[in-house]
Amino acid sequence: MTMLFPSDLEEACEMLAASDGKAVPLAGGTDLLVHWPQRFEDHGRTFLDLSQLAELRAIRWSDSALILGGGVTYWQTLGDRAVCDAFPLLEKAGRQVGAVQIQARGTWAGNIVNASPAADGVPVLMAYDAVVELVSTQGEEEIPLSEFYLGYKQMRRRPNQLVRAVRLPRRRHDVEVFEKIGPRRAQAITKLGFAATHSAAGWRVVANSMAPTVCRCRTLEGMLEHGSPIRRPEDLMPAIRQDVSPIDDIRSTAQYRQKVFSRTLFHALFSDEK
Amino acid sequence: MTKPEHRDIGFTLNGEEIRFSGTGTERLLDVLRYRLGLPGTKEGCGEGECGACTVHLDGVPVNSCLILVGQVRNRRVDTVESVAPEALVELHTSGATQCGACTPGVVMTARFVIDHPGLLERASVRQLMAGNLCRCTGYDGIIEGIAEALRQEETSP
Amino acid sequence: MKRREGLAKLMGREAYVDDLTVADCLWGATVRSSCARGRIREVRFGEGFDWGEFVVVDHRDLPGENVIALIETDQPVLAAEAVRHVHEAVVLLAHADRDLLRRAVEAVEVVVEEEPPIFDFRQPPEPAQIQHGNDNVFKELKIEKGDVDKALAKAPVVVEGVFTTGAQEHVYLETQGMLAWVEDGVVTVKGSMQCPYYVQKALKLALGREDHEVRVVQAPTGGGFGGKEEFPSGIALHAALLALKAGKPVKLIYERGEDMVATTKRHPSWIRHRTAVDTKGRLLAQDIEVVLDAGAYATLSSVVLSRAVIHAAGPYHCENVRIRGRAVLTNAVPFGAFRGFGAPQSLFACERQMDRIASELTLDPVRIRRRNLIRDGEETATGQVITDGTDRLKVLDRALELSSFQHKRRAYLDFNDTHPYLRRGVGLATFLHGAGFTGSGEVYLASEVHVAGLADGKVEVRTANTEMGQGTQTVFTQLVTDRLGLKAEDVVIAEPDTARVPDSGPTVASRTTMVVGGLIEKACDDLRRRLGLGNEERGEVLTAALALWHRQHPGEELLGTAHYEPPDGIHWDDANYRGEAYGAFAWATYVAAVEVDLRTYTARVLDFVAVQEIGKVLHEVLARGQIQGGVVQGIGWALLEDFRFKDGAMANGQLTNYIIPTSDDVPPIRVAFLENPYAHGAQGAKGIGELPMDGPAPAIVNAVAAATGADPCTIPLTPERMMSVLEAREVAR
Ligand SMILES: Cc1cc2nc3c(=O)[nH]c(=O)nc-3n(C[C@H](O)[C@H](O)[C@H](O)COP(=O)(O)OP(=O)(O)OC[C@H]3O[C@@H](n4cnc5c(N)ncnc54)[C@H](O)[C@@H]3O)c2cc1C
Ligand code: FES
Ligand code: FES
Repeated sequence: MTMLFPSDLEEACEMLAASDGKAVPLAGGTDLLVHWPQRFEDHGRTFLDLSQLAELRAIRWSDSALILGGGVTYWQTLGDRAVCDAFPLLEKAGRQVGAVQIQARGTWAGNIVNASPAADGVPVLMAYDAVVELVSTQGEEEIPLSEFYLGYKQMRRRPNQLVRAVRLPRRRHDVEVFEKIGPRRAQAITKLGFAATHSAAGWRVVANSMAPTVCRCRTLEGMLEHGSPIRRPEDLMPAIRQDVSPIDDIRSTAQYRQKVFSRTLFHALFSDEK
Repeated sequence: MTKPEHRDIGFTLNGEEIRFSGTGTERLLDVLRYRLGLPGTKEGCGEGECGACTVHLDGVPVNSCLILVGQVRNRRVDTVESVAPEALVELHTSGATQCGACTPGVVMTARFVIDHPGLLERASVRQLMAGNLCRCTGYDGIIEGIAEALRQEETSP
Repeated sequence: MKRREGLAKLMGREAYVDDLTVADCLWGATVRSSCARGRIREVRFGEGFDWGEFVVVDHRDLPGENVIALIETDQPVLAAEAVRHVHEAVVLLAHADRDLLRRAVEAVEVVVEEEPPIFDFRQPPEPAQIQHGNDNVFKELKIEKGDVDKALAKAPVVVEGVFTTGAQEHVYLETQGMLAWVEDGVVTVKGSMQCPYYVQKALKLALGREDHEVRVVQAPTGGGFGGKEEFPSGIALHAALLALKAGKPVKLIYERGEDMVATTKRHPSWIRHRTAVDTKGRLLAQDIEVVLDAGAYATLSSVVLSRAVIHAAGPYHCENVRIRGRAVLTNAVPFGAFRGFGAPQSLFACERQMDRIASELTLDPVRIRRRNLIRDGEETATGQVITDGTDRLKVLDRALELSSFQHKRRAYLDFNDTHPYLRRGVGLATFLHGAGFTGSGEVYLASEVHVAGLADGKVEVRTANTEMGQGTQTVFTQLVTDRLGLKAEDVVIAEPDTARVPDSGPTVASRTTMVVGGLIEKACDDLRRRLGLGNEERGEVLTAALALWHRQHPGEELLGTAHYEPPDGIHWDDANYRGEAYGAFAWATYVAAVEVDLRTYTARVLDFVAVQEIGKVLHEVLARGQIQGGVVQGIGWALLEDFRFKDGAMANGQLTNYIIPTSDDVPPIRVAFLENPYAHGAQGAKGIGELPMDGPAPAIVNAVAAATGADPCTIPLTPERMMSVLEAREVAR
């Protein structure tokens, strides 16, 4: 077992290429290092430490976008007032990832590449139409986050690519909602959740823990787009069944997920009580 | 398995420069406890949930069970052993510790909150402490100790 | 006085067992069964390891009996021919390299020929599933008073209910751990434990050794809650066997995952009530059946059942009571001691049932309790006449007042009428908790305490009672300073070490302050007597007398001693379960305010008030901390801690999947005490450690019922469960 300490992003890409994509990028380690002593199969691997690369830690703005470096932590964004003001869901979701200790280490890019269907960072990024900027010795590639996942833990990132940044277009949003339903109020893995936004680009409804990957719910988006009349949570069920396919697991049941998804969505987006 | 490569790893630990040789792939927690003779930092779970292993990395609380020691090279690590008794009076008085197993981690997060009262504009003490599980106190002793320490900080010049 | 060891704990200086460094020490580890029941055919040691480098221990290495000494002798130290539950210990390994050891454990395979297991404790076993007696019942108990059948037949109203409670994991923050070594032929074990003398007894039997050949020392213990009452005996034996074979010290520390899946839990329960009442809500008959899942071995289940049945009728007076209980074997990980010891289960059922009766009769839940709360001169289910003079109505009233119960109730009605999806409710539970061992337990324990007068003028308290966070050291110190007029720094609390301290009994059952504390006071008096001083002599007089005595008796030891003597008027008939079950009861009323989110089916506790009469509050901060901590464990048990079984083993054995409350999941726990000194407790104190576990679950679930109109009778009331309960309500409408 070895660790590689690149001094900049370029060297990191080279090291990764030299390992034939076998080295594992290590950022905050809040996914990779859980139960470390028992992860025998990982002990033989080579880890590429990204946690100290200044280039990846930068938060930058362009005229049209917010650019979160591939090593930016939740804690960094929480401490950045401009980011929180422009993209309030980043604050809302960031505060609900684990607790302070996890927020301080965990990165947005790590959340994306870990590819858990329960990820809380991914839905808000996706609801803001984030684009993943990948880099390798072979060049650069950009993939919209909503097209990044191919299936459970499957994604369009190749093993020799690093996430250099996550780019969020700057838009005016008139709806921004994030709901996380977990087994407790803090430090909890999401049972189900969603992020929704509305802007000139239209509606975005993104669900997590409801399908093999975090995903956009196109039918629901269409209903919102068309202003379909929805009087009760139950009216959303057909659309939900088209968009997602929750399962029973150790954390919850398919039935609970579906039902609560319909109810929280309804109260957040469709009911006139708000 | 490739032969592990040993190298020099240096970081600042409780204000002192530390150098030792290793692969860098041991957990910071184990290095502190079993290599550097600082058993104050505890292991409660090894999965990032309990916070008993909390230390400060460049001044911010992190779980030392989720960090490989190679990741802290050239950085600043502070453990519970660095906290002065005067900084613990309020927590002692309020009943913030019972069995003590969660306590070193609680102290590190609590001190962070007390030293950064600005955080409370956006989050409550209970939210900021949620990464430190305690099975004994029911948290009131901890929360009250922090609140009292914050009051003291406010009134002291 | 502040917690004595508090600063050391806050500074990270308290040395728990895993913090001890010992030269040339090996790590120990346990190889476990992956099968719930069957015959062991073979143990295979996998490829790729030089097994000659490892210390390997199995049942054949036991010098004594292969039994963990407890009430029964059914549980082996290491499974020999058969296993009865997943994760049962079969083989032990030790090695200096901990990482290698972890892999090695995975490489050992215990080959088991499966036999039919039983997992449902409510189903009668098939013949092939019988593993104990002829029905798998470890223990059966019955309490009977009056004529229940007649009263039920005549009663205007009979309310029936079935209540179930889940298993609960202790989650003490310090996992189980032991360090063992052999020194001058003495096997010494130091580690995390509640009861050094239990461990010593187990070591003696299984190692075939005498008292003086076995020494047990308690290391500072990072929480116990009952989980370190009986379980550490097994680990101590494992560590000792490895150390004996290795000829080196061995440290055996459980990792969290192992601790969660392999150690004891709170007993799951199934409880049925049939209650006869008149139309005003007066209890006419209580017919109660309590069934506990005991798991694979008897452990302490018989005593847990005992406390469960004794508390099952609640703090009420009723002429006709029948309580039947049984603890039943299953092939689950053995269930064992956990704070409250059976009482939380039966009080959950009782207090939920009281609200259900009130609802059936459209009575106020407060009124029905007021009407039935036991009054002085009335009898409990076992025929114990209560004469302690505690004003139980005042306890209730204080809780109602502090929680603004009636005000909240009214305000919540309005709130619920207008809010689209939040529903609020308040609920209460009135209850009692017997302090100390049941019945004649203390007589059998025959506890002994020493207070040594040292030459430097200090006194040393020598007991086997352990500090695991509850404040033993502080309270013991305070009792001595109050009694003898000394300063805290002049009182030394001896490390619980069987080579130095007498057997003052286990640190369980809320007995330490009340019973052992009382013995410390007596031993202080005895010390004075031996110095020729009267009981009013204190402070400097005493210090001077100590110095003088030691000058006159160089090299000798001066000991004040005390032995337990039962108070008068305590008669317990263990065969018929009649008489004085406890020397004293603590009395309490807890009130919870909750909010149920109808979108997510989640219940959140908004406010919690805990009022109790506990004799005398010896230390305000410690007592409050005990209550607050216990209440939060109770909130976890009621709402969050959903123990999942697979083949009788814990399926969610990680902290990420077994959810205990964080600071953000609970409100401030508001605590108030009433005092009515108990003549036989230290300074009038009764026990308090277990009490707070009893009240939260029923108060919270009653509040949920009030908020939603639903009738939940199963805990933990997880959102998924709440969803089905609320759907059932919708159907019922
Ligand atoms: C106690 C606890 C609580 C948690 N709570 C939550 C929660 O509430 N919500 C939630 O969503 N998650 C949660 N997590 C999971 C985790 O914190 C997040 O997924 C986090 O964002 C991961 O980031 P990281 O930097 O720590 O990733 P790492 O563990 O370092 O890496 C994760 C994956 O990303 C890859 N990777 C990282 N950075 C890059 C990069 N720049 N380029 C290419 N690949 C990269 C790694 O190779 C690895 O495959 C929790 C974890 C723990 C331990
Ligand atoms: S030991 Fe690191 S969080 Fe529990
Ligand atoms: S004091 Fe025991 S876990 Fe917090």
